[in-house]
Amino acid sequence: MPRLVAALLMSLSLGAFATGEPEFKLAIENHRFAPDRIEVPAGKKVKLLVENRDATPEEFESDELKIEKVIPGKAKATIYVGPLKAGEYRFVGEFNEKTARGVIVAK
Amino acid sequence: MFGTALIVFREVLEAALIVGVVAAATRGIAGRGRWIAGGLALGLLGAVLVALGAEAISHLAEGMGQELFNASILGIAVAMLAWHNIWMSAHGRELAASAKRVGGDIRAGAKALSVLLVVVAVAVLREGSETVLFLYGVAVSGDASSGGMIAGGLIGLAGGVAVGWLLFAGLLRIPVKHFFSATSLLVLLLAAGMASQAARFLIQANVLPSLASPLWDTSGFVPNSSMAGKVLQGLVGYDARPAGMQIAFFMVVLVTLVAGMSWARRRGGG
Repeated sequence: MPRLVAALLMSLSLGAFATGEPEFKLAIENHRFAPDRIEVPAGKKVKLLVENRDATPEEFESDELKIEKVIPGKAKATIYVGPLKAGEYRFVGEFNEKTARGVIVAK
Repeated sequence: MFGTALIVFREVLEAALIVGVVAAATRGIAGRGRWIAGGLALGLLGAVLVALGAEAISHLAEGMGQELFNASILGIAVAMLAWHNIWMSAHGRELAASAKRVGGDIRAGAKALSVLLVVVAVAVLREGSETVLFLYGVAVSGDASSGGMIAGGLIGLAGGVAVGWLLFAGLLRIPVKHFFSATSLLVLLLAAGMASQAARFLIQANVLPSLASPLWDTSGFVPNSSMAGKVLQGLVGYDARPAGMQIAFFMVVLVTLVAGMSWARRRGGG
C-alpha cells in the first residue's frame, strides 16, 4: 500500500508544484557557502537555488530546517524552505562541516 | 582521517541497525546468511549506481527527484517489513513451536528471505549512496591522502557494523518465549519510523505539508546529533523536532500494522 501511495504522489507531484515563491541564490565554493547568511521572509515558503561550484559533491543538511540533500559537483539543486517562524536556522555542508556553515534568518 | 571515519560511521550506523534488527527477526530461517550477504551486495551495487546517477535523479520531478527516490525506497522497505510482520503473525506460532525448519517451512523461509534481501538492500543503498558520494569527493579533492581516507572509511565502517552486530547479538539473547514478540515489536517500530522518514522527504519535496513543524522539541532531552539520538533515529525514526506529518505517517503505519497483525493472528488460528 505505501508503494502505491508513493507512486501516486510521484505522479501528482510532477505537475503540482506551486510557483511564485521568493527565490534565493546560494553557492557552494571551496567548501564554503556564499552567502553564508540569508535573510528570508518569515511565514512564507521560499526556494533556495543552490549551485555547487566545487568539483566534489556536498550534502546540504539542516536539522533545524529538516533538510537533507546531496548536490553533486558542478551541479544545481532546488531546495524548498519553510514556511519558517521568525528566527535563525543553521545549515551545514555535511561533507565539509568544518568550513561549510551558514544560517538562514527568517524575519 | 578522523573526519572521514565519523561521517562514514554515521551513515553506516543507520543501515547496520536496520540489518541487525531484520537479521534477528528472521532467525532460524535456513540459509539466511547468504541472503543477508546478497542484500548487502545488491545494496552496495545500488549505492554505486545511485551515486553515479545522483545528478540525473536530482533533476527528475522538477528538481525533487532525490527526495521522491528516497521516499519511494523507504516506502518499499516499509511494505516489506509490514508484510513480514503480518505473515509472521499468521504463522509465527507454528515456526516457533516446530523443531524442524525444513519441509513445510521452506515456503516460510523463502518469504522471509526475500523480505530480508529487500530491506537490507534498501537500507544499504540509502546510506551507501551518500557514503559513496562523500568518499568520491574526498578522493577527488586531494584534501586527504588516500591512505588516510581508506583508513578513516574502514574505521567508520567497522564502527558502524560493530554497533549493528551488538544490537543483533543482544537481540539473540532474548529468551525464546519473548523473542518473536520482541523482534516483531522492533520491526513494527522500524516500519513506522521509516514511514516517518519518508514523510520528511515528501515534505522536503514540497509534495506534503509539514502540518506544524516542529510538533514538539525534545532536543534538550535527546538531541538528534547525540549517539542515542542516532540510534533511535535508526530504530524508530526518532526526530527531536518532528513535523506533524511525520508523526501522522508514524501513527498511521503503526495502527494499520497492529490491526493487520492481530487480524492475521486470528485468521492464522494461532
